[in-house]
Amino acid sequence: MKYQSEYHNQELAEEYIRELKNTVTKPWKIMEVCGGQTHSLVKNGILNMLPPEIQMIHGPGCPVCVTPLHLIDKAIHLAEKEGVILCSFGDMLRVPGSQKSLLEAKAEGADIRILYSPLEALKIAKDKPEKEVIFFAVGFETTAPANSLSVVHAHRMGLKNYSILTSHVLVPPAIEAIMNDEESDIDGFLAAGHVCTIIGLEEYYPLVEKYKIPIVVTGFEPIDLLQGILMVVRQLEKGDFKLENQYSRVVREEGNPMAVEVIKKVFKIDNREWRGIGTIPNSGFELQENYAAFDANKKFDFNIRKAEESSECVAGQILKGIKKPHECPAFGKKCTPENPLGAPMVSSEGACAAYYHFSHINM
Amino acid sequence: MKLHCPMPQLDFDVITLGHGSGGLLTNKLLDKVIFDLLGNEKLNERHDGAYFQLDGKTAFSTDNFVVSPIFFPGGNIGELAVNGTVNDIAMCGAIPKYLSLGFIIEEGLKMTEFWEILVAVKRACDNAGVQVITGDTKVVEKGKGDKIFINTTGIGLVHSKADINIENIKKGDKIIVSGQLATHGMSIMSVREGLEFETTIESDTANLNHTVEVLLDDFGDEIHLLRDPTRGGAATVLTEIAKSRKLGINIEQKNIPIAKQVNAACEMLGLDPLYVANEGVFMAVVGAEKADQFVEKLKALAYGNHAAIIGEVVEEHPGQVVMSSLIGGKRVVNMLVGEQLPRIC
Repeated sequence: MKYQSEYHNQELAEEYIRELKNTVTKPWKIMEVCGGQTHSLVKNGILNMLPPEIQMIHGPGCPVCVTPLHLIDKAIHLAEKEGVILCSFGDMLRVPGSQKSLLEAKAEGADIRILYSPLEALKIAKDKPEKEVIFFAVGFETTAPANSLSVVHAHRMGLKNYSILTSHVLVPPAIEAIMNDEESDIDGFLAAGHVCTIIGLEEYYPLVEKYKIPIVVTGFEPIDLLQGILMVVRQLEKGDFKLENQYSRVVREEGNPMAVEVIKKVFKIDNREWRGIGTIPNSGFELQENYAAFDANKKFDFNIRKAEESSECVAGQILKGIKKPHECPAFGKKCTPENPLGAPMVSSEGACAAYYHFSHINM
Repeated sequence: MKLHCPMPQLDFDVITLGHGSGGLLTNKLLDKVIFDLLGNEKLNERHDGAYFQLDGKTAFSTDNFVVSPIFFPGGNIGELAVNGTVNDIAMCGAIPKYLSLGFIIEEGLKMTEFWEILVAVKRACDNAGVQVITGDTKVVEKGKGDKIFINTTGIGLVHSKADINIENIKKGDKIIVSGQLATHGMSIMSVREGLEFETTIESDTANLNHTVEVLLDDFGDEIHLLRDPTRGGAATVLTEIAKSRKLGINIEQKNIPIAKQVNAACEMLGLDPLYVANEGVFMAVVGAEKADQFVEKLKALAYGNHAAIIGEVVEEHPGQVVMSSLIGGKRVVNMLVGEQLPRIC
């Protein structure tokens, strides 16, 4: 496991920090888009090591955090139906819906399973033909290939009892929405490495040109992040705006064409609501018409009211980088991981939970 | 795992409600299976309880075992139930002597499985040098349990030199772990439905009482605290100490022993090894002057060869555990909220 030694090397990290200190001359705001990167920045203590001029802004790239409230309510509603097995990725379970979380629904008797892959859900559907198996298909472009593949397989296997509840969001439209927001003042981006592993770099060139900002596709280990930050800062200091690829050991220019092909076969691009942010045009995936039979949204009746978000939660401003978690009056007081007001406090990739768990050493 | 003792000839293959009724079937199960294997002078009295004499300060502890699956690489719920309570008694600075053993069995449990669990109980008792002297067996309807739940309660004599008390912890004390962290928890994760790793991670469940006894002989009251970082993992033990003593704790990630494949499995599943459950591992807080000798000694004892000093008690940041990451960054290690859930990406 080379990444555990090479990409956590202390001397190398110190070298990058020194180089950052030598390079930076004025304050810059850099957004890491992906929740996995936020998690790594705080878990490895990188935020406390950076020169004070560099401020990291934690973006909306936590799929759990941006899944709208009413979709969570829908998932709970489905899970509580007789004869339904609802399958989900683990960290989705604790996110509060308007009444309760999936974890609470599970405790009350709903059959909810934590899985690592939708292909496992297919197996359950095959083994239990008398049950309706629904996969809560949450995520960015990263989880889309497996989720779409599960639909292709279900179709091929002739499964009538499998469907997915889609909450797929896309990164480039989110970057665009942040740049279009008048309040936001981001100078550069670390783009999410894993997302680009799938879709490649193509969609990022127009963003760099349109907004004249540096974007560096970056990995998730500490050395990846430090290198990515240095690459952005070097561009900013020179007045450059380019697309660069720090994560070239994994990300290819064209991405993964086979994965993209499956995604396109199953999904179409549509407008999407992001929790805390609102609807972003062309920012999500929906199932194509010819796979409608696998769309839980169409397969089942939902007679539930669209719930309102807590008015105290400033998740939207946090996800757009306008506010830092500790600038929210409810942070750590009314809103904690045990009793979250909004989603960024729930998942450990969420900016608020990450801050709550890992930052703030009381000296 | 192979059975070490042949199972007695029985006229039933599965446990049914009748085996918990107190009647003929219960007696058959007790006579032919449980007493035959675990019997000893005290248990064989078959009274409602057991009599025994212990002279001196005693330690007393109980634990429930509900692990799923009940069989996992490196062990089963049987040895876990014995080792768990034996280790809790050892963490009190005591030498475990006697156990009670309670089963709640879901009807339908295969006799071969129950036998395998009992054999593991017997083996673990022999290794630890403890006796089961009283017990109980109940059977519940299908769907009202999860194959088998076990309760063990243990009693032991406190070592004459022991003075285990969280109040003894002071600035400068060293934090020691006796072995590699997170192995047991990841072993269980690896066999839960749907997770298949290329390599097998075997649970490290073991009785630590003999090792602890030798350390108490040699280091006595220099050992300020012993803890068994089971559920909640090492992070929970450390945060409890920091909060309770209103002192800070610094730990170094690079000194924390974790097996490579365990670390890789944690990375893959998005889990933090500091919060993963342990079994055959204990943590000790030891006076600074004796800490190196303590680790040296521990390394030569059973289950201690990966022992290491992972941190120390400090006056700064009271109530907080701060970890220096491999790259030298610092972060707070907090108590876990709820269950650790795997992350999406």
